[in-house]
Amino acid sequence: MLSKFLRAPATLAAIAFSTLASADYHVDILPPVTSVSREIYDLHWGILWVCVAIFVIVFGAMFWSLFKHRKSAGAKAAQFHENTTIEVIWTIVPFVILIGMAYPATRTVLNMKDAGGADMSVKITAYQWKWEYDYQQDGVRFLSHLATPRSQIDEYNGPGAAKNDNYLLEVDEPMVVPVGKKVRLLITSNDVIHGWYVPQFGVNQYGIPGFVKDAWITVDKPGTYRGQCSQICGKEHGFMPIVVVAKAPEEYAAWVKQMKAKMPAEPAPAPAAEAAPAAAPQGAGEKVAAASAKVDGKGTYDTTCVACHGTGAAGAPKFADKAAWAPRLKQGAAALHDHAIKGKGAMPPKGGNMALSDDAVKAAVDYMAAAAK
Amino acid sequence: MSAATHTHDHGHGHDDAHDHHGPPHGITRWFYTTNHKDIGTMYLWFAFTMFLVGGTMALGIRAELFKPGLQFFDPQFFNSLTTVHGLVMVFGAIMPAFVGFANWLVPMQIGAADMAFPRMNNWSFWLLIPAALLLMGSFLVPGGAAASGWTLYPPLIIQQGMSVDMTIFAVHILGASSIMGSINIITTILNMRAPGMTLMKMPLFVWTWLITAYLLIAVMPVLAGAVTMLLTDRHFGTSFFNAAGGGDPTMFLHIFWFFGHPEVYIMILPAFGIVSQILPAFARKPLFGYASMVYATASIAILSFIVWGHHMFTVGMPAAGNLFFMYATMLIAVPTGVKVFNWISTMWKGSMTFETPMLFAVGFLCLFTIGGFSGLVLAIVPVDITLHNTYYVVAHFHYVLVSGALFAILGGIYFWLPKWTGHMYNEGLGKLHFWLSMIGFNLAFFPQHFLGLAGMPRRIPDYALQFAEWNMWSSIGAFVFGLSQLLFLYNVVSTIRSGQKAAQKQWEGADSLEWTHLPTPLPYHTFVTAPVIK
Repeated sequence: MLSKFLRAPATLAAIAFSTLASADYHVDILPPVTSVSREIYDLHWGILWVCVAIFVIVFGAMFWSLFKHRKSAGAKAAQFHENTTIEVIWTIVPFVILIGMAYPATRTVLNMKDAGGADMSVKITAYQWKWEYDYQQDGVRFLSHLATPRSQIDEYNGPGAAKNDNYLLEVDEPMVVPVGKKVRLLITSNDVIHGWYVPQFGVNQYGIPGFVKDAWITVDKPGTYRGQCSQICGKEHGFMPIVVVAKAPEEYAAWVKQMKAKMPAEPAPAPAAEAAPAAAPQGAGEKVAAASAKVDGKGTYDTTCVACHGTGAAGAPKFADKAAWAPRLKQGAAALHDHAIKGKGAMPPKGGNMALSDDAVKAAVDYMAAAAK
Repeated sequence: MSAATHTHDHGHGHDDAHDHHGPPHGITRWFYTTNHKDIGTMYLWFAFTMFLVGGTMALGIRAELFKPGLQFFDPQFFNSLTTVHGLVMVFGAIMPAFVGFANWLVPMQIGAADMAFPRMNNWSFWLLIPAALLLMGSFLVPGGAAASGWTLYPPLIIQQGMSVDMTIFAVHILGASSIMGSINIITTILNMRAPGMTLMKMPLFVWTWLITAYLLIAVMPVLAGAVTMLLTDRHFGTSFFNAAGGGDPTMFLHIFWFFGHPEVYIMILPAFGIVSQILPAFARKPLFGYASMVYATASIAILSFIVWGHHMFTVGMPAAGNLFFMYATMLIAVPTGVKVFNWISTMWKGSMTFETPMLFAVGFLCLFTIGGFSGLVLAIVPVDITLHNTYYVVAHFHYVLVSGALFAILGGIYFWLPKWTGHMYNEGLGKLHFWLSMIGFNLAFFPQHFLGLAGMPRRIPDYALQFAEWNMWSSIGAFVFGLSQLLFLYNVVSTIRSGQKAAQKQWEGADSLEWTHLPTPLPYHTFVTAPVIK
């Protein structure tokens, strides 16, 4: 590890030159695509210009003084040290400027909060570390995971595979919304606090376990918009992107049809009522339902347990690591089941995924135990 | 400040008969000391040690973020680095450094012999050591150090192992230390001022610390309460922050930031005080608007209690809540602006020279003002929502905490080092340290504004390709900034060990009692007889 640190400055020049050639020095808020984000964009620039104007005056005076009033330039120190009139002026003038800023900001705040009259709503549930989108009117519900392969991310042992253009900002199943429709987003979480953040929509809303908060978007332009979880939510916080595809209403309808065909005929029997205490119904009375409740040890392992047991993070016994598992296997299956369900040490109850049924957790434990025997 | 020089006070420092009051030798001097100068020195060394520890973590973070992909750290460990970096810098570096300044300067600037409670002073320092050991030791326990950001939000923090309990106890101990330190400072200032030293004659540094100490007493117990509730949620089955048990994770955010925002001012008000000592000294001109500076400081402190919601515009408070916190936050720009205008007026028509302390003070003024502007941008709720938890916020608070608080601390060290050690530091090295810090800092943090505007979230160990260029520059800047602090260490150590003898009043324009009434080097005990201030 140390040698890599030492090597970093050495490779610096090479990287600097190669990147300057194809540089991406973005310096502004991303192009807005909703009415709210357009207002935010304009607000930001408006305030920035006011700041620039004040900056020029303040720094102008300061640097004038720094150059003119130097002892080496022969300046003699004046001894004035107070002036009530000027103090009053520079208290009141900024106050008036602030009122000028507050007025448009207030209008935008009220607009952002007005989620009424929506054409449709989508419930967004955050999990460690994926998103679930539930189109309640259309009967479509699915999970959305990071699609970037680990081989592009891990560079612990030298350079990884060539990175995709949308490295870390690509998902297996994007959220889709119709262009021009007011979509109300009902945002919650199933485990810890997350943040559903898509810069170009001007939406950045915490998903809070046990509560449903709302935001709204009306996307004007078809396109693919990308964002990320904004609130630290554990190990894979940097690896739960958001992708929203805005489509014309007809194309959206076709997408719904296609998704419905992919959905299981009967929604999985919801174990949520009994197994999701972390998501007590609140707000709109939403219930956070399990995404996948089949008693499938491997499936549960692949979606939840792998986060720590795949790599041995936080002291977790690594998958198929016989030495690490041997002392644990000795405790017997019942004890392991119990620890996995109730949590032990750094292991959160049910691996942090409270939507899992007890049976699903047991099946996952059995799957991991079998692999370590 | 008009302070008459009385020969009998002046002479006392040179009095050989007082030599037997000198410090005892050996390690026990430091364990048992009740001398405000010794304790101030220990606070400053502790703070500098923690600054290097936290800085090393920051360089680890910047090394990982130098280019896309995971090169060095497991993401969980990366999260621990960001978390503990924040905790160490806030509670281990900036706050103890200011307490160190208070210990050294408050008694001398008000003409007191020592702090009001010298033994409690010793105790409040030595409490820092176990707290630091708990915090650093938490890296060694299973599961690694706390990895939820320095704000310790539940439910994430509930998931982690015993390192969280260690962190909570460390916060408890640090809180107790801060409260004792604050009681000591308030009592000293209110009761031990020399005859004639009225409140409105006190140097501004003393004023800012008086107000800071009240802030600390008001909010450290709030933090202690919040983390205690976390502890009972973790171990005793309570549900303060667990929705399933009738609690609310958002409540933690409210309580934490009710502490957190005054905490921000705890870390900046003493910096205002230091800068308000340095600027007049090198402009050779009295501080402009002394009274309005005092009122502005008090206004900022009072407003700090009603703005905490601006840290959580994205939790989904009602519109009225968001608007209230936006207006209150914008209001803070008024007294802060007053301070900046007063500082500039202090320099205006002065006769300025630019020794290292002045360079840091002017650097503070420029960069803190930029941090103030980005703060104003972030006060605007809709803009904040699109920038919340992005690198824009990281840039903003480093502009106010590094080029704000830290630059003031560095400037203050250079300013008082001749008085404290009796030796003059190396001016050339000091200037080099300033310029490297200035360039490195801006290279590290200015591009982070752009990263935030483009939507890069904070606390992520890896990022999308469009963020690569600015991150690379930011990392280069961070290493320049970080490594140049070693120059500072070298300069300070060689000043203590050798260096030219400093004059009693090393700086022509310095006018507080430690310069006008006390010899250089300082005797171990000062103002055994209080001076009379006219």
